[in-house]
Amino acid sequence: MNAVKAVLSNKVVAAVLAIIAVAALWETYKALGPDQGVSLGETRILPRTTDITMPHTWEMIQRVVEPVSGATGAQPLWFAVFAAAVFTFSIAIAGWLIGVTVGVVLAVVMQRLAIIERAVLPLVIISQTVPLIALAPLVRSWGSQITIGTVPWQPWMSVAVIASYLAFFPVAVGMLRGLQSPPTIQVELLRAYGAGWWTTLMRLRLPASVPHLIPALRLAAANAVVGTIVAEVATGLPGGIGRMILEYANFASSDPAKPWAPIFGSIILGLIAAGVITLLGLLLRTYRRVETS
Amino acid sequence: MTTRPAIEVTGVHRVFGRGPTAVTALHDINLSIAAGEFISLIGPSGCGKSTLLRLIADLDQPTDGTITVFDHSAKEARLAREYGIAFQQAGLLPWRTVAQNVDLPLQLAHQGKRARKERIDHLLDMVGLTDFANHYPDQLSGGMQQRVAIARALAEEPSLLLMDEPFGALDEMTREHLQTQLLRICAESRAAVVFVTHSIPEAVFLSNRVVVMSPRPGEIRRIVDITLDRTSDDLRTNPAFFESVAAVRDALHNGAPAGAGVDLR
Repeated sequence: MNAVKAVLSNKVVAAVLAIIAVAALWETYKALGPDQGVSLGETRILPRTTDITMPHTWEMIQRVVEPVSGATGAQPLWFAVFAAAVFTFSIAIAGWLIGVTVGVVLAVVMQRLAIIERAVLPLVIISQTVPLIALAPLVRSWGSQITIGTVPWQPWMSVAVIASYLAFFPVAVGMLRGLQSPPTIQVELLRAYGAGWWTTLMRLRLPASVPHLIPALRLAAANAVVGTIVAEVATGLPGGIGRMILEYANFASSDPAKPWAPIFGSIILGLIAAGVITLLGLLLRTYRRVETS
Repeated sequence: MTTRPAIEVTGVHRVFGRGPTAVTALHDINLSIAAGEFISLIGPSGCGKSTLLRLIADLDQPTDGTITVFDHSAKEARLAREYGIAFQQAGLLPWRTVAQNVDLPLQLAHQGKRARKERIDHLLDMVGLTDFANHYPDQLSGGMQQRVAIARALAEEPSLLLMDEPFGALDEMTREHLQTQLLRICAESRAAVVFVTHSIPEAVFLSNRVVVMSPRPGEIRRIVDITLDRTSDDLRTNPAFFESVAAVRDALHNGAPAGAGVDLR
């Protein structure tokens, strides 16, 4: 039993086992489930198990190393996905940076002035109920009327702004909680030493907010990736994973393993984004002693 | 002792809330504390002893009356970092080591790095934590954390120490040890101390004067002078010590005969 625990405690091993388990579940259902899936009245509650709906896991993997299309000189599928992922990831980073900046500034202002917190926090929460699809055309048309210096608004900027719209939310809420987390005794201690608002922010509130900030940054990173992919579709920006998912969906019947490649690409992007934040958390571990100990 | 008082509290009232639900926490408090004097504030909960300390520290403002600290207003004294302060909880910053926690007031005072280093070494030596300089607060016992907090309060060599039940959460052994250390430190630094406690023996052991307060409204009931020979090693078992304890206890109970069960913590 202890040996099993020791193996499972290794996160990498656990992650690999989890992936194998999902693949095994997929193949088991595909082998045992009825061709037409399972329906309850008119509603199908489990998918069809045909090779078109559910390609074998090894077919999906094999498809990735094959060329994108039958055309001569076509690059391998994994490379096309990789190029699209780099494109999407760059925009997601821009969106994440904007979102984090806006979130942190909002949180600091809300912490400073309770009246702003009461006025702005409900708006921040309401903002997340606006569907991205509704937002995309607005951002695009507003953006087209803006020039930054001599640089005209680029379509990718609209996507980054929409991604930041999803990313700022967890940061604003988490950071606000973090800034408000120091107990009264610590706040009064700083006050007793004549520290003003700025000194208290730098010496006490910011360091104290780190344990709340790291999970918020992780959520923001995942949101930025998802937001970028959805916004690519919604604004029609070519070159990234979003459009690739849409394009490859057309091959669902002729080349059923192909649409899965960009989907896996987006999953890996999300994992990389979360991994980067975990590294950041390790760098800041001194500030997370209370949380980790 | 000089004639210039460390603290002058004149006609201070503090009322919380308004209208019919208002609570008078402090009523007409007058108190003068000399430089280098050790004063304890004692009384049942709700008598306003902590409130009075907070007013002196300018963490709260009086509804009426004036407080001067070294001839300045309480606010000026706070901004000038005239006092060191310690609370019932150590209130250490968990991301800072012991040395960095003691360093906090020195940093805020923009002192030079070398001077700070020397001062920290001296302070940690004084509270016996030299070996723990690079430990984090979560690696220390409650008593050790409190010693760090006291070292931090002493960091800038303040001529006034404000302490709100700093030993309240500690066990008896640690408590007596820290009391003895505090007396020694105060004798060295000649700082005036305002010490809030609910333990009669602690107040008697430490103080030149014990201010006995009563609740609803918070008032000073009596001020008991303590004259003990503090050079004696067996102060705690000295008959004079028990006489003073009885006197404070008497004042607390407003002349009612002191029954058994004296709080001898």
